[in-house]
Amino acid sequence: MTTVNTVPPSLDDHSFEQVLEQLAPVPADAKILLDARHARWASPFGLTALLTLAQTRTERPAFAVPELEDTASYWARAGFFHHAESLYDLHGSYPKKWDGGESNSLLDITAIAKSSDVHDVVGRVQTRAKQIIASELHLDTKAIIGFTMTLSEICQNILEHAGQGGWVAVQSYRWTKRLGRRVVVIAVCDAGLGFRKSLESSPGHLPTSRWDDAAALEEAVIRGVSRYRDRSRGQGLAGARNYVGRWNGKLSVRSGTARISIVPSWDDDPPLVEGLAPFQGSQVQVIIPESVSGTDRA
Amino acid sequence: MMNHIDLSSVLRRTLACDLYSNLVTRPTGAAVRGQIEEMLEDSGPRALTVIDFSHVSMIDLSCADEVVAKLLLRYGAGTSSQEAYFLLRGVTEHHHDAIEAVLERHELIAALEEDDGVRLIGTLSEDERQAWDAACSLGEGGAEAADVAMRMGCEASVAEDVLETLCRRRVMMHVDDRFVAVGTSRDG
Repeated sequence: MTTVNTVPPSLDDHSFEQVLEQLAPVPADAKILLDARHARWASPFGLTALLTLAQTRTERPAFAVPELEDTASYWARAGFFHHAESLYDLHGSYPKKWDGGESNSLLDITAIAKSSDVHDVVGRVQTRAKQIIASELHLDTKAIIGFTMTLSEICQNILEHAGQGGWVAVQSYRWTKRLGRRVVVIAVCDAGLGFRKSLESSPGHLPTSRWDDAAALEEAVIRGVSRYRDRSRGQGLAGARNYVGRWNGKLSVRSGTARISIVPSWDDDPPLVEGLAPFQGSQVQVIIPESVSGTDRA
Repeated sequence: MMNHIDLSSVLRRTLACDLYSNLVTRPTGAAVRGQIEEMLEDSGPRALTVIDFSHVSMIDLSCADEVVAKLLLRYGAGTSSQEAYFLLRGVTEHHHDAIEAVLERHELIAALEEDDGVRLIGTLSEDERQAWDAACSLGEGGAEAADVAMRMGCEASVAEDVLETLCRRRVMMHVDDRFVAVGTSRDG
């Protein structure tokens, strides 16, 4: 029997929780069909999380593609179907050709599995990020440097901690619904170990009385703890946290059943959410908004 | 002996690829540092090495940690038989924040060459900064502790202690009983 799960019309980090909630009672080896026929829009997080979701299933899932031509075309240009073909049985009509790098996004969905992938991503993003951050977000040159650095560090988290490959996508768009301003968004998702298991693998790990996904996220994101004893480690997420703080951005890290966020004044997300539907691995999102009248400049 | 290491050349050799000019990822940084350490093996017991960032587009935290911090940690810890000094050249805003962040994390300092002279970045005390400034202002021939003390407004023994600390931290060197700030001498 196939379980049908509906993909919301507008798919972002929040609405993706609906997909996970539907899936929570379904065993990993059960056959599922993700029904995205009525999907109209998806954020970089939504698209990379959909690919990641397929990697958490032991039985190859099915996927009904968006019926709206514009949506299917956009998802195709972002590279979604190109990657989804190897993970899902796709149903419905969608553009088969993907030129790779021809969309308006800063970085189409890209697989991260090795160090050279990070070099490739940074190289590809650099020039376009410079143009978009300066001319559309009206941020200082330093924001461009920090952006590329943050992207690099978050991607490396996959290589260092996930134990398997993941996905990254970067887009810039006008976020009318929540902010009314342009934003640039980095989404990095993997279906690997997740923060709790990664920290538990540290030789000196001693679980506290309250040791769960939320505690692990607090350790890693807020206190910069890494599974390595080396003092050098744990700088990547700390750097991302500093970067969003400096440019009035938002950082969210979801792992297992919890999500921790560095929340700017323009957002009302709680800093820590526990008891979410389980999702294997780690999912990171960075949002940098357009500056309003220079007030966000460091 | 004085060495000049163009990081972008080392990077290209490390990756065996001309396409990338960004120093990113920890494995890349470790490989680049490995190549630098190999070069230093042939540099004799005492050497000043210029690490040149001029043709590096950007560096991330992980790579800065591997290339800069771990290099300074290795040669500054007193565990190496070599007396190695480093001068960072060509550092722009595309590299500065990452380098400074890793230096601060490890409580290190480094000498940074700029258009108008050499300055220290990283973690240093006010005494160390004053002693550095005083030694630099006394010219490229170096300074004696007494002269530095006069500029600092302290006892010669206090100035000498601070200068010795800077020597241990590999940003000051002894040359003929004088203290010479790294990068300020005509010979390096």
